[in-house]
Amino acid sequence: MAILVDKNTKLLVQGITGKAGGFHARSCMEYGTNLVAGVTPARGGELFDEKIPVFDTVLEARRETGCNVSMIFVPAEFAADSILEAVDAGIELVICITEGIPVLDMMRVKAGMAGSGSRLIGPNCPGIITPGECKIGIMPGYIHKPGKVGVVSRSGTLTYEAVWQLSSRGHGQSTCVGIGGDPINGTSHLDVVQMFNDDPGTEAIIMIGEIGGTAEEEAAEWIGKNCKKPVAAFIAGSTAPPGRRMGHAGAIVSGGKGTAASKVAALEAAGIEVAATPADMADALLRRIARG
Amino acid sequence: MNIHEYQAKELLDKFGVANTAGGVASTAEEAERVARSLGTNNLVVKAQVHAGGRGKGTFSNGFQGGVHLCKTASRARDIAESMLGQTLITHQTGAEGRVVHKVLISRSVEIARELYFAILIDRAISAPVIVASTEGGVEIETVAEKTPERIVRMPIDPLLGLQPYQTRKLAKLLGMPSGEMRLACKLFANLYKLFIACDCSMVEVNPLVVTKGGEVLALDAKFNFDDNALFRHPEILAYRDIGEEDPREVEASKFNLSYIGLDGNIACLVNGAGLAMATMDIIKFHGGEPANFLDVGGGATEQQVTEAFKILISDKRVKAILVNIFGGIMKCDVIAQGIINAVKAVNLPVPLVVRLEGTNVEAGRKLLGDSNLPLITALDIDDAARKVVAAVEAR
Repeated sequence: MAILVDKNTKLLVQGITGKAGGFHARSCMEYGTNLVAGVTPARGGELFDEKIPVFDTVLEARRETGCNVSMIFVPAEFAADSILEAVDAGIELVICITEGIPVLDMMRVKAGMAGSGSRLIGPNCPGIITPGECKIGIMPGYIHKPGKVGVVSRSGTLTYEAVWQLSSRGHGQSTCVGIGGDPINGTSHLDVVQMFNDDPGTEAIIMIGEIGGTAEEEAAEWIGKNCKKPVAAFIAGSTAPPGRRMGHAGAIVSGGKGTAASKVAALEAAGIEVAATPADMADALLRRIARG
Repeated sequence: MNIHEYQAKELLDKFGVANTAGGVASTAEEAERVARSLGTNNLVVKAQVHAGGRGKGTFSNGFQGGVHLCKTASRARDIAESMLGQTLITHQTGAEGRVVHKVLISRSVEIARELYFAILIDRAISAPVIVASTEGGVEIETVAEKTPERIVRMPIDPLLGLQPYQTRKLAKLLGMPSGEMRLACKLFANLYKLFIACDCSMVEVNPLVVTKGGEVLALDAKFNFDDNALFRHPEILAYRDIGEEDPREVEASKFNLSYIGLDGNIACLVNGAGLAMATMDIIKFHGGEPANFLDVGGGATEQQVTEAFKILISDKRVKAILVNIFGGIMKCDVIAQGIINAVKAVNLPVPLVVRLEGTNVEAGRKLLGDSNLPLITALDIDDAARKVVAAVEAR
């Protein structure tokens, strides 16, 4: 068992004929993901790598191939429109890898998506992987191992770090979800933690956050009251200067809000084991499990 | 990106947001001309630097204060003369200060009431929110702490935008009498238009004043722009003043590197913003101080890595360098080759600790091993941080 994606997932890649889109579409296929279609406007009728049909629109791709999940590699200025196109075509899960989408664009997308049946992951995220079954994103597949730890994170490379620590200690992952580093995203820490809590294939959770916003605090409050499974966490950015955007658009302490200290306090108050350093993420989870 | 006060004033004017009349000057003569054109003997002259705390700052020539009230155009000229070309040091500039190239001369007003008005994106509801208070002229954080009941929060529907009835409601919540209401509503509506049209992440007017003459004016406005949206705002990009930025950050921006200068002595080169922050955190955890945040990103080329490395090496405060890479899209051999090229070009004046993991890690390690560079290899992020801190302490 896993959440969001598995071996039955039929993947569409929007922006498949671009350099990044093509490279990562290939790497997902090599991992075993069932890639069924690509979309690039005005390139319909072509074949990607001589086998994957390319369509002009998402709606055609959905009708012809039954694709149910989309991965977006469209440049930032057009990405908001691509998300809305996928939602309009009835794609159940839209994973937007693109970095650098204007915040006001994402604000409108989120308002426009309200009430639709689609879920958005990202933008500005590494994607989702259910090890051994399905990789949708830019993460290095080989560090993962099938297992029972769910990982959710705002940061790509910190997720790899956590996964690597888990795998090298013999603990595999059920699903790893990168929710992205932007201030407005489709799916929150809390959404993913709730899915892990309901997933019989997940027995423990690592949640990785960073400075900015209050999403980690909201997840912590829910976990403290409702989560049946052990949770460990790490918050990046305790040394970041206030008022500066630390690479990710969402990683900024403003007006004294969103500091690492306030997040760590909320997590600890909820009984979550907080890793002291990024090297301590897997060990923190093992300590939490041992605590019972 | 930050902009100057006179540029903020230009934006307010462009969107019809009422503020005090004034103009900018680069010379003392120009300052006198601007002052005369304002046709008033209530003037204020302000040094134009990005840093706060100007009023209490000191100039390199001993002149006190970056904000001065005066009564005549010739006095405005003298004040401008004392400020222009001088370095202004405030509690926010650090000891190096900022050179003043321009002064803003504007009409000073008699204030009856000071209010606070800001628009920002509320991440929790994914929508803009107006934050306003009857307590203006002080930091809003202080108001939030002491008298939270005096803060009004009004969320705006992202698709509808700010509606006229909301501006009226807001004016009443801020205690505006009927006579001032129209002016206040117009100011709120125009500021919201500006916020959306310029892709701001925050506009803060503090204070928003009601003058004794019954005018409603934005006396001081601070803008934060969404960096991701600057591609569609060449007019705002044109406001950039690189003289106000850390020279290391200016250099990094030429190569599209996400770099933030800090005060420590351990330079870091990392891929991914989260890992870059976490690397700074673990350096500090082991007793070191990071000299910078640097995320080379996932798609960096060998040349970008080389340029990034050169910026780290040329930073005089750097006593050791830590490279921490977990390759995903980024390939370890690209990083390794970039480092080798940089060190060949500029030599390596300080110890270098390298931790590589992820995509093409074997190829990357082999390149570094064969290069015979005097580097210290690390097994994992903890080992890397310990080794780099030890290397600094040993020097």
